[in-house]
Amino acid sequence: MTSLVDAESVLTIDIGSVNTRALLFDVVDGQYHFLAGAVAPFTGGPPFFDISEGVHIALTHLQEVTDRPLLDETNRLMVPSQQDGSGVDRLGITFSAGRDLNTVTVGLLDEVSLESASRLAATSYLKVTDTIGLNDRRRTDEQLDAILKAAPELVILAGGTEKGATRSVSKLVDLVLLACKVLPSEKRPKVVYSGNQALAKRIQEAVGKVTEVIVTPNIRPTFDLEDLNPAMNTLAQIQGSLRAQQIGGLANLAAFSSEAPLPNATAIGRLVRFLSEYYDPSKGVLGVDLGANATVLAAGRAGKLHLNVARPLGMGAGMTSLLQQVPLSEITQWLPVDVPESQVRDYLWQKATFPTSLPMTTTALSIEMAAARAILRLAATQMLERYPFLNMAFEPIFISGATLAQSISPIQSLMAVLDGLQPTGITTLFLDPYGLMAALGSVAPGNAVLPVQILDSGTFVNLASVISPVSDARPGTVILKVKVTSDQGEYKTEVKQGSIVVLPVRHGQQVQVFLSPQHGTHIDPRWRSGAGFKLAGGLCGVVIDARGRPLHLPDDPAKRRDTLIRWTHAVESRRAA
Amino acid sequence: MLAPVIHILGLTNIRRTRLLPVSGKVAVRVGQRVNASDVVATANVPTRHILVDVRRGLGMIRAGEAERAIVRMEGEKLQPGDVIAETGGIFSRVMRAPEAGTIVMISGGRVIMEAESAPLELRAGIPGVVTEIHPDQGATIETNGALIQGVWGNGKVGEGLLFVLLQSPDATISRTDIDISLRGAVVAAGHCSDPDVLRYAAELPLRGLILTSMTADLLPVANSVNYPVIVLEGFGKIPLNDAAMRLISTSEKRDVALTATINPANSERPELIIPLPAESNTPPEMTYFAPEQMVRIQGDPYRGKIGVIVQIRPGTTTLPNGLRTPAADVRLDKETVVIIPLANLEVLM
Repeated sequence: MTSLVDAESVLTIDIGSVNTRALLFDVVDGQYHFLAGAVAPFTGGPPFFDISEGVHIALTHLQEVTDRPLLDETNRLMVPSQQDGSGVDRLGITFSAGRDLNTVTVGLLDEVSLESASRLAATSYLKVTDTIGLNDRRRTDEQLDAILKAAPELVILAGGTEKGATRSVSKLVDLVLLACKVLPSEKRPKVVYSGNQALAKRIQEAVGKVTEVIVTPNIRPTFDLEDLNPAMNTLAQIQGSLRAQQIGGLANLAAFSSEAPLPNATAIGRLVRFLSEYYDPSKGVLGVDLGANATVLAAGRAGKLHLNVARPLGMGAGMTSLLQQVPLSEITQWLPVDVPESQVRDYLWQKATFPTSLPMTTTALSIEMAAARAILRLAATQMLERYPFLNMAFEPIFISGATLAQSISPIQSLMAVLDGLQPTGITTLFLDPYGLMAALGSVAPGNAVLPVQILDSGTFVNLASVISPVSDARPGTVILKVKVTSDQGEYKTEVKQGSIVVLPVRHGQQVQVFLSPQHGTHIDPRWRSGAGFKLAGGLCGVVIDARGRPLHLPDDPAKRRDTLIRWTHAVESRRAA
Repeated sequence: MLAPVIHILGLTNIRRTRLLPVSGKVAVRVGQRVNASDVVATANVPTRHILVDVRRGLGMIRAGEAERAIVRMEGEKLQPGDVIAETGGIFSRVMRAPEAGTIVMISGGRVIMEAESAPLELRAGIPGVVTEIHPDQGATIETNGALIQGVWGNGKVGEGLLFVLLQSPDATISRTDIDISLRGAVVAAGHCSDPDVLRYAAELPLRGLILTSMTADLLPVANSVNYPVIVLEGFGKIPLNDAAMRLISTSEKRDVALTATINPANSERPELIIPLPAESNTPPEMTYFAPEQMVRIQGDPYRGKIGVIVQIRPGTTTLPNGLRTPAADVRLDKETVVIIPLANLEVLM
């Protein structure tokens, strides 16, 4: 672990599909601080087809706001830093731009290795175009055509537990080899082998003659054990190198960094995994990034990462995917105003066509926030389906992405996150207004001090501490008695099923909370009944969300809109008081 | 700040490169004049293969043994029943081609035949002159004329005489507006929310349809019709911007080309091109936001409107709905100046 003795200044650059973001960190008064950030458009597309222009604009802006030279007279980034303090010691690069890599997953059993391969593919920006397993009923030549039609740039080949089957795996390898041979050499996919290691050498020799083979540790070493992390890192490296070929200027930029460009989702995953060890390992950490084209949910518990990238699914081009995956009613149910479904559909298609555009009216903002809720809901559901042993109890939860963390009011963010994610238990919601999560994740493996000190510095904004009790009681029944003590005195209240209540706690104020659940209400499996615990008020104070899990909205549209407005007013009025 | 650019121009030089997704044959030469629907390159994409497992079929243990039995070479074209492999000897056993195809690979005692392939035709997309050949890939075509870029298209290409049904920027087209007199024409119409308009236009058929805007529920029908459909403003009921309205309404009965393809990664937008016999320069594809620029606005309540930037506001501006964002003051007319997020502006060039 890096110590402050050899403290280094760090610049991170994120290449997103809409923006290029440069962030500068350095030590001030013995502590790492986030000094400044600058944003420029993504220029990897037309007319530049090179990210260098966007990077240059962002760095020039960063130089201006920090008054610190980062580029030399030839406009080259100065790495490492110079005697006069100009330049930086280290550069980290993350990316989410670029099209998804067509990927075919191949494995033995649907519920075992193929499921693990599919979970592995979902940890990054891959598009699974076909899946072939041992139980696939298609003839060999049909499977071959399926692979060719899928036009894979990557094949994830899994299967066989350690010391397990080799013959069946060999059959699948044979099929992949055949497909690679039929394809012209420039169209052959890279093959990631993550199966029984007893076959690794043979596969390397046989398939390696026709295409690049990358062997990772077995993702399913035993029938009931899955370990995706080593393969996930390998996959990130492969994507970094492929992206460097696809995105103009990325390879040149990467030459200034000691590490390969990292997919944004992988970087967020690294940070969450790191924090899940740093914080109370029993509680778990959730990182959420609602992007333009992808929605990343990274759940970490005691150093184990469960990463799910829902893509394409986001607030920009990813909106079309939302419209294809959920009925429109699942979006419109979150609208507090009466807007015809046709108008909502038209608005969201227009948004997908102009992904950078912003809502200028209250109705337009309501539609976008309704879509944000539906996206978060869908992404959370996907994550829980992929990792059935997870639940939505995390402490804390970090929220990133321009839609939720940068432009709208704290109450709008809070309600969208609570409605979309529907967390349970006791949690703190932190907003990432500067988009630092991926940057910190890219730095964490080589400099663990930096992310910790940045997180402690208040750069992430405490949105609210939230208690979400779960109860089967009828609406209106008192399910929780609450006592809050602080240096300001004592406050008691009762919380009814179906309500959302904001406790009178100011931003930054520390309070002791005592909960007395009624009628069999569950609070949090990690909470000791009867004991008080400390909470800090966020921008929206301390919130008790007793609306139920899963959250049910009234079927009647008018009642539903009234309910949504009432909930928002409950948070607004108490906060204002 | 870098600004997105949209072209709505009365006269400009238009240069478009068309490339196959796979290697193929280029069907044009430099200097050749082409129409929008002319094929400039072709390729064959294999769609179905047959695997003939000689080793298993002839009951051989070793792959090498099976390979020796194979009497064909890679690249050979076979007819149904042609012998692929034979053991030889008095009681020779043979394996025959189950159907016609070309041998693409012989490996491990197995023969892979390409049984079917789909022809892929790359069309010029714009009428003009071929100025550059990209060997095995495609060509670059150039022309001069008026150019109006849209926001959505159904991927088809076409050309024909332009008939303008658009009487006002906010006009709506209905099924009764289309009749047999429009057969074979490219029709410029207003907003469309009736799928029967698209279906009847296919029956006539029209050679192309230019819509001001369209409801998004028509997308499946618009994608299924066999003529090009382009949408100039977007989804919902959006009036046509003044600049495009002027160009279209003065181009009645001119030959036009419609390229309804969209590929943001390659700078491809759906386009209406009206070739003109005059020379011009290629328009810039990028610019930075600045005062006096003519811009088109995205988003209610001003979507589709054209204005002029008065000033770029310093820092961020809070909008009436609470959003904070970089913005500009945009003059819509003599009396009206509105605040618009920079993210909602496209510069007209």
